[in-house]
Amino acid sequence: MEPIPAPSIDLVSLAPVLVLTVFGIMVLVTDLFIGKNKSALVFISLTGLLMAAISSLAKYDLPVYSFNGAYIVDHLSVFFTFIFCISSALAILVSIDFNQREGIKVGEYYSLILFCTVGMVLLASSTDMIMIFLGIEIVSICLYVLAGIRRNDPKSNEAALKYFLLGAFATGFLLYGMALIYGTTGSTKLTIIAEMIREGSVRSEPLMLMGVVLLIIGFGFKVASVPFHMWAPDVYQGAPTPVTAFMAVGPKAATLAAFFRVFAETMPEISPSWGILLYILSVLSMFIGNLGAIMQTNIKRLLAFSSVAHVGYLLIAIIAKNSLGSASLMFYMLAYAFMIFGAFGIVILIGRKGDENLEIENYSGLAYKHPILALSMTIFLLSLGGLPPLAGFVAKFYIFSAALKEGFVVLVILAVLNSAISFYYYLKVVVYMYMKEPIKEFNITLSPMTLFVVAIALFGTLHLGIFPGPIIALAQY
Amino acid sequence: MDISFDAIPLAHYLLLSATLFVIGVMGVLMRRNAIVVFMSIEIMLNAVNISLISFDRYLNQHDGQIFSFMVMCVAAAEVSVGLAIIIALFRNKPTVNLDEFNIMKS
Amino acid sequence: MELLIFYPLAGLCVIFALGVVFNKNPIGSAMSLIAMMLGLAGIFVLQQAHFIAILQIIIYAGAIMVLFMFVIMLLNLKGDDAVWKKREKNTLLTVLTGLLIAGVLYKVLEITSAGEFDSPAHVLETFGTVREVGTILFTEFVLPFEVASILLLVAMIGAVVLAKSKVD
Repeated sequence: MEPIPAPSIDLVSLAPVLVLTVFGIMVLVTDLFIGKNKSALVFISLTGLLMAAISSLAKYDLPVYSFNGAYIVDHLSVFFTFIFCISSALAILVSIDFNQREGIKVGEYYSLILFCTVGMVLLASSTDMIMIFLGIEIVSICLYVLAGIRRNDPKSNEAALKYFLLGAFATGFLLYGMALIYGTTGSTKLTIIAEMIREGSVRSEPLMLMGVVLLIIGFGFKVASVPFHMWAPDVYQGAPTPVTAFMAVGPKAATLAAFFRVFAETMPEISPSWGILLYILSVLSMFIGNLGAIMQTNIKRLLAFSSVAHVGYLLIAIIAKNSLGSASLMFYMLAYAFMIFGAFGIVILIGRKGDENLEIENYSGLAYKHPILALSMTIFLLSLGGLPPLAGFVAKFYIFSAALKEGFVVLVILAVLNSAISFYYYLKVVVYMYMKEPIKEFNITLSPMTLFVVAIALFGTLHLGIFPGPIIALAQY
Repeated sequence: MDISFDAIPLAHYLLLSATLFVIGVMGVLMRRNAIVVFMSIEIMLNAVNISLISFDRYLNQHDGQIFSFMVMCVAAAEVSVGLAIIIALFRNKPTVNLDEFNIMKS
Repeated sequence: MELLIFYPLAGLCVIFALGVVFNKNPIGSAMSLIAMMLGLAGIFVLQQAHFIAILQIIIYAGAIMVLFMFVIMLLNLKGDDAVWKKREKNTLLTVLTGLLIAGVLYKVLEITSAGEFDSPAHVLETFGTVREVGTILFTEFVLPFEVASILLLVAMIGAVVLAKSKVD
């Protein structure tokens, strides 16, 4: 019997994944030995995230393919790794005081966030459908558990169940799409699939297109675009607030990165077929997300619908399928991370134990009591709406210019129109804060860590808005 | 040993796969019992495995089998987490009827 | 000849799959699902995927379904007409999906009978054996294999966090 040849393993490319996994396991083990005080776990997780971010720079001469073309370290993946590390770090910081208040004492919370980050990094760096599938599953399973981590709270349970059932359902579609694409091209590697499509040697074009449609359904569920967004409002509302913020940024960014790789980078030749579908998805997401948000009275549901609308804008970057599209995707997700963590940080500060104070009317008169908080919230909301000179405006501007470069004028007009609609509900919250009388006494404990996150987010939102140059240059490279 | 009987066209296998997938989707949409819905999702995953494996034989390679191996792995992971969620939920509210889960409304 | 084995197996699979969906009792559904998975294992053998066929029985029928049965027993779910009733809210959706998917099925039939795939490749006798699949798994697909271990670890942590009885 001849021995099996040793596989080629490139550990340096995998560095961020390895670091995060090691630290994740370290958190698990440390949790066994420390008592009620979980601050050591926070410290370990943050160190892990920092080291992962640094180690993602280990490769230069990008792009580097490894593991027989299943894994790539390129500009997109490194930039996204940074976004994931930042967003996970912010999520952990914002959880500290929240978890104390709500009595979430499981130490596994932090390791799940780290493992979820592992999944996200894998998802953004995979060029093999099997790896993309596994990455999506790692991320989703962590999120199912995180959404349901408040086991005594029926809302949290319900959110976890809904998220789980719809997520698993979507996995079925995603998988079927991948199977059909594998069957028609004969490979799971995106590079080979791209080659087959370019040469026109796909075995059965219609079967391939069916696979593409199923993939869009699967990805659409995972990023919560209309008409696959039904889970988003309930899950966002039911999950603990830091988890909501976490799942609105990192996992969404990772899935969009994979989405971009599979569609814009692998199959640009057949873009007329998937482009029109994404076009419809994008327009529907923007309209239904924004119109749905107008009717909400709960701030978490409002932000859920607004995130559906934001997915609509982000899909434009995939439809544009050019290099400016990928750069604008990166910039948008970075800006979005700051805006969302800022807004949710304030939601956490205002909120009381047991999900009290999450209605928009609870914000009335905030400006009189805590003018700085109200001002920060106003900045985050206006930035989400896309008011210059804030980060959200620059991000939208780049996405729209990527689309204009490819001639999608109508789409951009619709998107701008939607930005205008979105101001209606963002300003509604601002009006409540500045122009209404408080309905009850504010009783806000200004917890330092959450304030710190809000401060970082405020800095990020303003900095990316006023001096976007360096980051844009980094993103375009 | 060579395959002694005539192999049948791939279409049969793909049709079986598609049929089972559809049955799974219908099950998810029609039933209210969370556990049965979950089983229907398992049918969907199994249906995909048929496609993967039959493509494999017709392409004479093993990638699809590896893929279906990973699908099984994911299915096992999902089942453990999913059933844990159902148990956690059952502690607070002894039902698995999906229509009764509507605390959150817009 | 293959047709003669395929059709009974396929028929059984479809019948048992329908059994899962239409059975009033969750235990009955689970039993149907086990039967369906055994049928699928037969189909995999027919496709020369011996290794996967064995895994199908060990993992699905052996591990996953036992877990299902265990949870059904633990929660003491009974066959309940109220639980079985169709979801009225979803009827329109179901009909629409049904129509859509019927169209898709028709399309699949049309496409696949068009002939790109009709002739199966001549496969070696070793095709689908543990050695062949294992070699590929540990060389070309070593990364997915390792990543799957992270996935299982996460699932394990998740299940423990959610289901452990002591609530702290």
